[in-house]
Amino acid sequence: MAVAAVTKYEFEPKDKLENFHGNQLLYIGWEDHLLFCAPFAFPFPPTMRFGDIIDNVLPGAFGYHPDFAKIDWSEAYWFKSGKPWTPDFDKSLADNGLKHKDVIRFHTPGLHGIKDSCN
Amino acid sequence: MDMQVAKKKLGLKERYAVMTRGLDWTPSYQKMEDIYPYIAYEGIKIHDWDKWEDPFRLTMDAYWKYQAEKERKLYSVLDAYTQGNGHLNVTDARYLNTVKLFLSGISPLEYVAHRGFAHAGRQFPGPGPRVACLMQSVDEIRHAQTQVHAVSNYNKYYNGMHDFHHAHDRVWFLSVPKSFFDDAITAGPFEFMVSIGFSFEYVLTNLLFVPFVSGAAYNGDMAAMTFGFSAQSDEARHMTLGLEVIKFILEQDPDNVPIVQRWINKWTWRGYRVLTLVAMMMDYMLPKRTMSWKESWEIYFEENGGALFKDLARYGITMPKCAEHIALEKDHLSHQAWSTFYNYAAASNFHTWMPDEDEMDWLASKYPNSFDKHYRPRYEFWREQAAKGNRFYNKTLPMLCQTCQIPMIFTEPGDPTKICYREVDYKGDKYHFCSDHCKEIFEYEPEKYVQAWLPVHQIYQGNCFPEGTDPTVEGFDPLAAVLKYYHLENGRDNLDFEGSEDQKNFAEWRGQATKNI
Repeated sequence: MAVAAVTKYEFEPKDKLENFHGNQLLYIGWEDHLLFCAPFAFPFPPTMRFGDIIDNVLPGAFGYHPDFAKIDWSEAYWFKSGKPWTPDFDKSLADNGLKHKDVIRFHTPGLHGIKDSCN
Repeated sequence: MDMQVAKKKLGLKERYAVMTRGLDWTPSYQKMEDIYPYIAYEGIKIHDWDKWEDPFRLTMDAYWKYQAEKERKLYSVLDAYTQGNGHLNVTDARYLNTVKLFLSGISPLEYVAHRGFAHAGRQFPGPGPRVACLMQSVDEIRHAQTQVHAVSNYNKYYNGMHDFHHAHDRVWFLSVPKSFFDDAITAGPFEFMVSIGFSFEYVLTNLLFVPFVSGAAYNGDMAAMTFGFSAQSDEARHMTLGLEVIKFILEQDPDNVPIVQRWINKWTWRGYRVLTLVAMMMDYMLPKRTMSWKESWEIYFEENGGALFKDLARYGITMPKCAEHIALEKDHLSHQAWSTFYNYAAASNFHTWMPDEDEMDWLASKYPNSFDKHYRPRYEFWREQAAKGNRFYNKTLPMLCQTCQIPMIFTEPGDPTKICYREVDYKGDKYHFCSDHCKEIFEYEPEKYVQAWLPVHQIYQGNCFPEGTDPTVEGFDPLAAVLKYYHLENGRDNLDFEGSEDQKNFAEWRGQATKNI
């Protein structure tokens, strides 16, 4: 629906890609680990190698959790916009088909948080 | 012989008629639609403005007299409280964080409400609602002022309150109440009246003011309590205006019913999402609790609101369907909210802490279906880690909901172990939501919400650093720069209550007041 208005009502989206200085946003959530209250938002260049997120970014974001060190990344499975998805760690975000403001989450089999409470 | 004839005094009803409707006139030089340009575009049809009944019959001259008397009383209590070092009588210095939350999150909304009612009142061609809006507009600015004055005493001694309005416009979580009200005042005058006048003031206000005011009373905060009592008679008038406005609109034309229903659905949900802050305040931030959030929701919404919507059924209005979703969240809302502030305590203008053992038992007794299973293990872990000097501070920014702007902390209705993700593609961009309701609100008016000033994205766009900051220099610390932009001092205004300056000072000053040291 159009907004009911007295005149033309159209605006530029505040979060369009061009506003992020060459980066695009990627949201990442870790299933069954609600100790982190919400999925994270990251600004990454589209040329970044996906595996670099795993190696260099996620430890800083999720490393506080004792489960993080136990993750076997070859076992982890992923979702993009809620649908099963398989990333290629050696390819860039763009080559993995990741666009601005995409949301991905990963599930780590056998790891269900503090005392298996999904925390 | 000339006889002095005493002038007949006007009765209340006549006096009201002369002082309100008698002040109105029908313009002859200008067209009505030029004078009231915003009255038609929302699709609401009003056929007879004279059908409006103001249940209070309060005239402006009586208003001034009555309010002046109330404020004289309020300020004499505030003076006495200040002179008697009343701040040392609160239950515990943790309580002051409730005051900080209120001052930065709610008081600025009173001011925006003042603007909103002034605007709506100006736009209504009927003199009855126009006068009622004028009075509420003046009430709201008085409330903003008296709240600031009531809290200013605390600002002399405790941290985080020094620049509350600057914070309101910038600090990440304060975009939640701010954007809620911005959404309302940028709507047309009828939607504004339904959103704030009815949904917020009538349906939800008891969930906002009663917890804060009774929380103040239970915790020895005479300043906030006195303000609350002083505002009570105004609030009663606001509630009546809200109800009157909705009945008036619904009675005027059957075409108004679906429009009003959609607004009620939207604004009940929007208002409820803002009340997330109140939920955690009630369950976590009051050292002496009044009742749990869940109990309060059951009394004020499920019982009282249920009766209200039964009453409105004769107009064809039904209970908003979000009520079912909210009922599923009531066991979880406050815990998920407090966890979020515990996560991001480094970037907030108040302190957080882990509940002690007694408080955890209280939570478990109030939330037998959820606390021990889902939240106690999380808190015990955090508490153990804090005891080892490894207090959790989440430094990575969260994903936000495009509509309510709250981080995506809410779980799927019925499954508290899974975050609820919803998304929409609009004009080539993705938008994300915490719930079906926030998603529907976006889908109905996407152009309104694509403009949302989402704090996390604004930080990543480089718009939340002090002027002249160069984020490309080596060793740039974004959190430090953002705190400077917020006018918050790291280590003083933020972080855990344990070890804070507030905690230390309160203990020392109370010690001086009660012991011979």
